[in-house]
Amino acid sequence: MAGKILLEVVTPEKQLLSQQVDEVIAPGSEGEFGVLPGHCHFLSTLKIGELRYRVGDQTSHMAILWGYAEVTPTKVTIMAEVAEKAEDIDVDRATAKVEEAERRLQAGGLPSEVKEAQISLEKARLRKKIAERTRKGGHA
Amino acid sequence: MPSLQSLRRKISAFKNTQKITKAMKMVAAAKLKRSQDRILAARPYAHKMRGVLSNLSQRVNRTAHPLLQKREVKKVEILVVTSDRGLCGGFNGNIVRKSAEFVRQCEAQGMTVGLSIVGRKGRDYFRRRTWLIRQEWTGVFDKLSFEHAIDIGGDLTDNFIKGTFDELHVVYNEFKSAIQQRVIVEKLFPVDAAVEFGAAQAAPVSAGAYLYEPGEAELLNALVPKHFQVQAYRILLESAAAEHGARMAAMDGATRNAAPASLSRRRRCITTRPGRRRLRKN
Repeated sequence: MAGKILLEVVTPEKQLLSQQVDEVIAPGSEGEFGVLPGHCHFLSTLKIGELRYRVGDQTSHMAILWGYAEVTPTKVTIMAEVAEKAEDIDVDRATAKVEEAERRLQAGGLPSEVKEAQISLEKARLRKKIAERTRKGGHA
Repeated sequence: MPSLQSLRRKISAFKNTQKITKAMKMVAAAKLKRSQDRILAARPYAHKMRGVLSNLSQRVNRTAHPLLQKREVKKVEILVVTSDRGLCGGFNGNIVRKSAEFVRQCEAQGMTVGLSIVGRKGRDYFRRRTWLIRQEWTGVFDKLSFEHAIDIGGDLTDNFIKGTFDELHVVYNEFKSAIQQRVIVEKLFPVDAAVEFGAAQAAPVSAGAYLYEPGEAELLNALVPKHFQVQAYRILLESAAAEHGARMAAMDGATRNAAPASLSRRRRCITTRPGRRRLRKN
């Protein structure tokens, strides 16, 4: 094994994670990308999506809403506007949010309102997906 | 020998002062707790951002983004971060003194100096001097939010691009601990490669071995202005936490100094003199 990479996740509110991991998959704005130890230098913006990281055969998930990622051969730094660990997401609340956003989207309105509703729908769906998967997977 | 009554009056006056300073100390302590939590939470993000930027500035062409440009330094801007309120010991005095010193240094080197000031105290001081105040923000600390940072960071970045100044330094109080502040002079524009802090992360990397996604230009456009907002926010939070810490310490000292102990002793001397015993009270 070529060793591990240090994954650090920070948001303006706090440092969420600092851990040695084997693999990271992040939601780049141009598509998902995977990082293994020894990756070349890389800088990317992130969109709304799911961050996965693997330690051994244990994979964890995290919801990321925009941000930046800096990759060096030994380290991945994720600077997210918002990030939530799967186990911290409240499924019921996320489900409620999905419904609310769908309703708002149907109601229509100004273009800016529609756009906003689309974004919040996307966010809510992501949260719901991640949280449900974790729950089913029987994550510790 | 002052009369017993005048001593009593004085003692009660001191006690009233103590009540006020004590209350102010408690208020400061409560505010300190909140602002301390905020700055400690915000630091990792801001420091990471700075690390990324200083890495980046080593690698990209400086002409790639107007905010990374290095020009010959003729005009210097100093952002002076003070508080809106006083009664916080040397908090503002230290900042103002350091800033004035810095201004003179720059002037001695033949540079023109402009001032941007945050906080009523700094504004009041520099208003009475001859230096040019280009911009001022007061009242931001009442309800400090990221909006203020966007406002201040935006103004400064715009003016840097317009060429109002070629270099920007910030003078502010860093929050070290509840009872310790440190005056920091920090260069914000243009970004330097790993002069500060980022040194550990900034392992030299051969140029070219770096991928950007999306393209370099888009990425810089998104990242660089954001960086300055984040730094402005951090600096405001540092200053807010430091201010409450300084006020707490100052009010604690004031409460102690207002102790009517010596007066009480003198009062006891009078009241316990033979013949005055029947007057003895409190």
